[in-house]
Amino acid sequence: MARINLDHIRHAYGPNPKKPSDYSLKEVHHEWNDGGAYALLGPSGCGKTTLLNIISGLLQPSEGKILFDGKDVTNLSTQDRNIAQVFQFPVIYDTMTVYDNLAFPLRNRHVPETEVDRRVTEILEMIGLSDRARKKAQGLTADQKQKISLGRGLVRSDVSAILFDEPLTVIDPHMKWVLRSQLKRLHKQFGFTMVYVTHDQTEALTFADKVVVMYDGEIVQIGTPAELFEKPKHTFVGYFIGSPGMNVLPAKIDGSSVDLDGQKIALSFAPKFSAGAKTELGIRPEFIRLGREGMPVTISKVEDIGRQKIVRASFANRPIAIVVHEDGEIPAEPKVTFDPAAINIYADSWRVPDTSLVGGEA
Amino acid sequence: MEKTWNNKAWFMVLPVLVLVAFSAVIPLMTVVNYSVQDTFGNNEFFWAGTDWFIQVLQSDRFWDALTRNLIFSGIILAIEIPLGILIALNMPKKGLGVPVCLVLMSLPLLIPWNVVGTIWQVFGRVDIGLLGYTLDAIGVPYNYVNNVFDAWVTLIVMDIWHWTSLVVLLCYAGLVSIPDAYYQAAKIDGASRWAVFRYIQLPKMKRVLLIAFLLRFMDSFMIYTEPFVVTGGGPGNATTFLSIDLVKTAIGQFDLGPAAALSLIYFLIILLLSWIFYTVMTNSDAQS
Ligand SMILES: Nc1ncnc2c1ncn2[C@@H]1O[C@H](COP(=O)(O)OP(=O)(O)OP(=O)(O)O)[C@@H](O)[C@H]1O
Ligand SMILES: [Mg+2]
Repeated sequence: MARINLDHIRHAYGPNPKKPSDYSLKEVHHEWNDGGAYALLGPSGCGKTTLLNIISGLLQPSEGKILFDGKDVTNLSTQDRNIAQVFQFPVIYDTMTVYDNLAFPLRNRHVPETEVDRRVTEILEMIGLSDRARKKAQGLTADQKQKISLGRGLVRSDVSAILFDEPLTVIDPHMKWVLRSQLKRLHKQFGFTMVYVTHDQTEALTFADKVVVMYDGEIVQIGTPAELFEKPKHTFVGYFIGSPGMNVLPAKIDGSSVDLDGQKIALSFAPKFSAGAKTELGIRPEFIRLGREGMPVTISKVEDIGRQKIVRASFANRPIAIVVHEDGEIPAEPKVTFDPAAINIYADSWRVPDTSLVGGEA
Repeated sequence: MEKTWNNKAWFMVLPVLVLVAFSAVIPLMTVVNYSVQDTFGNNEFFWAGTDWFIQVLQSDRFWDALTRNLIFSGIILAIEIPLGILIALNMPKKGLGVPVCLVLMSLPLLIPWNVVGTIWQVFGRVDIGLLGYTLDAIGVPYNYVNNVFDAWVTLIVMDIWHWTSLVVLLCYAGLVSIPDAYYQAAKIDGASRWAVFRYIQLPKMKRVLLIAFLLRFMDSFMIYTEPFVVTGGGPGNATTFLSIDLVKTAIGQFDLGPAAALSLIYFLIILLLSWIFYTVMTNSDAQS
């Protein structure tokens, strides 16, 4: 149980990094609260595994410090950091039995055998491999191996933090759900800090208190699922979270009025950004109303996905997606209006805060 | 896809079959032929049945030579396998050191057997050899020509020098195939250096070690050239191994019958022991 501080961490795999693109991890400065459940979300190659390995001490960051409860652990070895990590690719000790695999981390730390037995039995129960406890781990299927790998991460009850690197990828959906709820239960019971890497946004959003979105070696946003949905800090978060993702349209902004390739929209505030920045307007498909009033669109396709319909259309010479309720009608001459509260403005891909409400100057 | 069944494939293996027949089967059958017959020259042969086999098996000479072979193979296996593993574990995994180490390791393997023998024969000579002379100069009594112990030590050290690299290279191949994730997991699990070796490295090297073990056993059990060049089987008969004995019988004394019987027995022993090692080692694998 620990609060983990990443103090201006940067990491490059190659020697002598110079330009920002040499870094696989660009400037991560962040605090993970004691006992928090974090999901780490991001596309392939954005540095998730690198970040976990730096926290667990498998990798020394090129720059920056790591603090556990305020104590500098940057130069401590993995063993001394007391962290458990479940790897993206399951690691199994082939020649050991399933039971011994799970007991391995405990026995290496000289835990008394009665305690080992108690913990291992409990974990075996949880991952549903009790009947195979005495079998060699060699002949197991991929999902069983992944469960053992997960179990080895959970077997120590005294760890400061557990890092999960996509631990459930090859497990079938039902078992995934079961294991996820078990994980949540263990997290409540033992209160370890938990970082959970996943590609799967539903997994991330249902699982964690805070979701951390990474993109190209940087943390672009940390927030609750609602924050990520309503106020994506970066256009990438807009695209990445939600299905379909946020519509992002190039926009010319003048004071509080937006020009979308001829279509004018009035904002409730005047966004402030540096001159010459590339400006865009972001609006989620859920917040576009399709009707007989507003700005004209051309519909190209309607996808029925059960309780909703996704309308693919062309607006201001740009493809956009609109989510319509199941029995919402689609008029012959369709027009759209944007919910003003759901409009986000981006300058150079970063969100412009809307705190500066329109004053007298406009 | 439909499989086509015809016998054309046999024509493709025919050249190999012919080659194997001429290089192995036919000579072997000639030996079998000699082993059951007697001759007094003039190309006249008489049926001898199992006489030669009985004679060989009842001779002390055979059993003494066999014992020497077993002791020799036992000693070099007991040294080369652990030493090979140890060196492989300490070889660099990346960087410039890798090709350098690999080349250095391969060097002894590239030298022909009889040259190896000659090198050590000269190297160990008390009058002109670097090793023999130096040992003599610092007062260590060493003479492989008339001291049994020194002769054995020379042969063993020579074999280790010549062949440990093979074990090293095989083990190294096994080691580099282990993904990094295993070492990372071991660190997270708090495994000691010994546990990493015992549960990660050794299991991954098992297969190549089996091959190394068999190769080194068969090869050392058939050792001929090096002792022939260095000690000539002496002092006395102290380093007369089965192969040397065989050549003495066949070419020195021209006893073709006993020599043929001896070579067949020799062949069967190697086959049997290799088979036993192989089954024991793979069975211990399968039990898991
Ligand atoms: N050992 C390494 N040596 C050199 N570059 C590496 C190494 N490991 C990762 N990288 C690079 O660092 C970047 C981040 O990799 P990382 O494995 O952290 O991504 P990830 O977010 O975990 O991706 P994935 O979702 O595919 O697992 C990638 O561009 C990758 O090519
Ligand atoms: Mg990864």
